[in-house]
Amino acid sequence: EDEVVKVDKSKWKGIAVYVDHVEGDIHPVTFELIGKARELADKVNHPVYCLFMGHDIGHRAEELLHYGVDEVFVYDNEMLKDFRIEPYTAVFEDFVNRVKPSVILVGATTIGRSLAPRVAARFKTGLTADCTVLDIKENTDLVQIRPAFGGNIMAQIVTPNNRPQMATVRYKVMTAPERKAEASGRIIHCSIEENRLKSNINVLSVTKKQKEHGISEAEIIVAAGRGIKSEKDMAMIYELADVLGAEVACTRPLIEAGWLDSKRQIGLSGRTVRPKLIITCGISGAVQFTAGMNNSEYIIAINKDEKAPIFKVAHYGIVGDIYEIIPGLIENIKRVKEA
Amino acid sequence: MEILVCIKQVPGTTKVEVDPVTGVLKRDGVDSKMNPYDLYAIETALRIREQRGGRVSVITMGPPQASVVIKEAYMMGVDDGILLSDRRFAGSDVLATSYTLSQGIKKVSNPDLIICGKQTTDGDTAQVGPEIAEYLGIPHVANVRKILEIKDSSIVVEMDMPETVEIAEIKYPCLITVEKDIFQPRLPSFKKKLETRDREVKMFTLQDFEDRDEKSYGLNGSPTKVERIFPPEVNNDRRMLKGNPEELRNKITVKLKELRFI
Ligand SMILES: Cc1cc2nc3c(=O)[nH]c(=O)nc-3n(C[C@H](O)[C@H](O)[C@@H](O)COP(=O)(O)OP(=O)(O)OC[C@H]3O[C@@H](n4cnc5c(N)ncnc54)[C@H](O)[C@@H]3O)c2cc1C
Ligand SMILES: Cc1cc2nc3c(=O)[nH]c(=O)nc-3n(C[C@H](O)[C@H](O)[C@H](O)COP(=O)(O)OP(=O)(O)OC[C@H]3O[C@@H](n4cnc5c(N)ncnc54)[C@H](O)[C@@H]3O)c2cc1C
Repeated sequence: EDEVVKVDKSKWKGIAVYVDHVEGDIHPVTFELIGKARELADKVNHPVYCLFMGHDIGHRAEELLHYGVDEVFVYDNEMLKDFRIEPYTAVFEDFVNRVKPSVILVGATTIGRSLAPRVAARFKTGLTADCTVLDIKENTDLVQIRPAFGGNIMAQIVTPNNRPQMATVRYKVMTAPERKAEASGRIIHCSIEENRLKSNINVLSVTKKQKEHGISEAEIIVAAGRGIKSEKDMAMIYELADVLGAEVACTRPLIEAGWLDSKRQIGLSGRTVRPKLIITCGISGAVQFTAGMNNSEYIIAINKDEKAPIFKVAHYGIVGDIYEIIPGLIENIKRVKEA
Repeated sequence: MEILVCIKQVPGTTKVEVDPVTGVLKRDGVDSKMNPYDLYAIETALRIREQRGGRVSVITMGPPQASVVIKEAYMMGVDDGILLSDRRFAGSDVLATSYTLSQGIKKVSNPDLIICGKQTTDGDTAQVGPEIAEYLGIPHVANVRKILEIKDSSIVVEMDMPETVEIAEIKYPCLITVEKDIFQPRLPSFKKKLETRDREVKMFTLQDFEDRDEKSYGLNGSPTKVERIFPPEVNNDRRMLKGNPEELRNKITVKLKELRFI
């Protein structure tokens, strides 16, 4: 161990964000990461970079300049049209060698979770998954906090002797900055030899899924748990959601019962949500559930058991029976709206 | 066709606790099991073998006791099992784990297809599969939710992307990570248990690898360092209300108005 070669950290500068997108539609986690990158970069006086690769994306890069990025590196090539791992990794490698960023943040999307580890292994560096808190030390070491063991514990992880330092972050964990009217920073067009973009993967078809009203994007959510006694009682949950303009979500047992589509499950093995308001109805608040919603801006919990763990995360805890509260609450809301 | 499945032994429960004094995970007394997501990977391999013939092997890196999960795989119908075990592998992060597995894979076989689970229930990173593929220099596809066709020199799979469903053909050798529910995993069979009771588990240590440099493995080969482990925090800024239903629903209504949701 005594002969470990120390990395020269001063040679690695900048906080880079991978621009996650599908056919040029930038995934909102990208803006959240840019916000975080700016904050980290300002602490150590580094620039913020974006890496944007794909086909026919040039005109989309402009948008990134409204969020406080210094330089956007654009690789636009027909062979990058679909996400395929070998060419995408090759471009990432090219970018890292060219820019030498100290930190790389990648959204923990389907693409990000596949691409980031590949790049980390290529540079033989560390990658911390699903970070919920990121900070940076004066010596540019990234402090990464993440849940593990199904959210039962948190680990603080550093990558003290390797660069670049890499982390993935789930959507809706960080806060996106306001879009500025003025653009700033610049776009740099890059190219790469085509022979490095070869792939043994052939994408045969890409079918758009039906646009559904998802819970990931929802501003208001009404979430149901096992306090709901039977499937027909879901009607009152749907009605409450309706009067509030909310989406309906639930805990895993209701998915297992087949009452809702699995896309509506909140939690560790479901989706992470971060609405402005969530009302949980008859949900105990197991960590596997709260891990997916405890970043919500305002949490109202209704549960008849005052010892239920959901009250530890709720801002407004209502100890009571959902069957006695919700129908009257729906009437109240209707009256307020009519007034 | 040669198929290799990567499996990991994980704690039987995720309800682990942190010792408040030492800040270390209390792992003693917790029993172990096969990472539940790996059962789907094994099932996928067995289904492909049923269709195309060939062999299914499993590989795991872990302490000697991890041979238990290999025995379990035998009971499901797996042909061969490889255990990579060495004290010098201890403390591996994703990079060191993937490197060790890739060294082990190079040592023993030349699989056409490698299958990994989606993630584990302990470390929970979902990163090991792609990193193994990188070390082996083969393509990978994650989030496979259906196998559409198994050809002589390629496999056609369906992937679940956030807004799209993608169908792709990947040439062998390649690695896929499979979604939960791709197939319902079969239960270990008692008959197979008897049949495979004496089947050996091949074991390899660092000495057997092409790269015998200790610095590539375990804690030394791990760029990430866990500085501290702690329980998740609870939100103390909260109010609890009790009362009769009418009072309660009126208070919620007032709150919703105050927050401008209605
Ligand atoms: C609290 C905590 C947090 C951690 N966070 C990180 C982190 O952010 N970054 C990091 O680099 N390391 C981290 N580690 C270490 C890392 O989890 C493991 O040490 C690593 O060996 C395996 O990663 P995983 O469990 O996440 O596997 P995953 O990547 O989730 O596993 C995916 C698949 O890979 C295969 N696989 C995984 N491990 C093995 C194995 N040992 N043998 C055979 N096949 C296997 C299986 O098919 C599995 O389904 C953390 C560990 C702890 C305890
Ligand atoms: C690896 C793993 C992953 C998991 N992932 C997830 C996940 O992603 N999402 C998820 O939700 N779960 C997940 N779980 C399951 C989780 O541990 C809990 O079992 C689950 O969240 C409990 O759901 P619940 O709150 O609806 O039910 P319960 O725990 O049964 O709680 C029901 C609650 O309703 C209250 N109640 C009953 N009747 C009424 C009434 N009339 N009025 C008011 N209150 C009432 C009760 O007091 C109780 O607190 C996971 C588990 C594991 C092991």
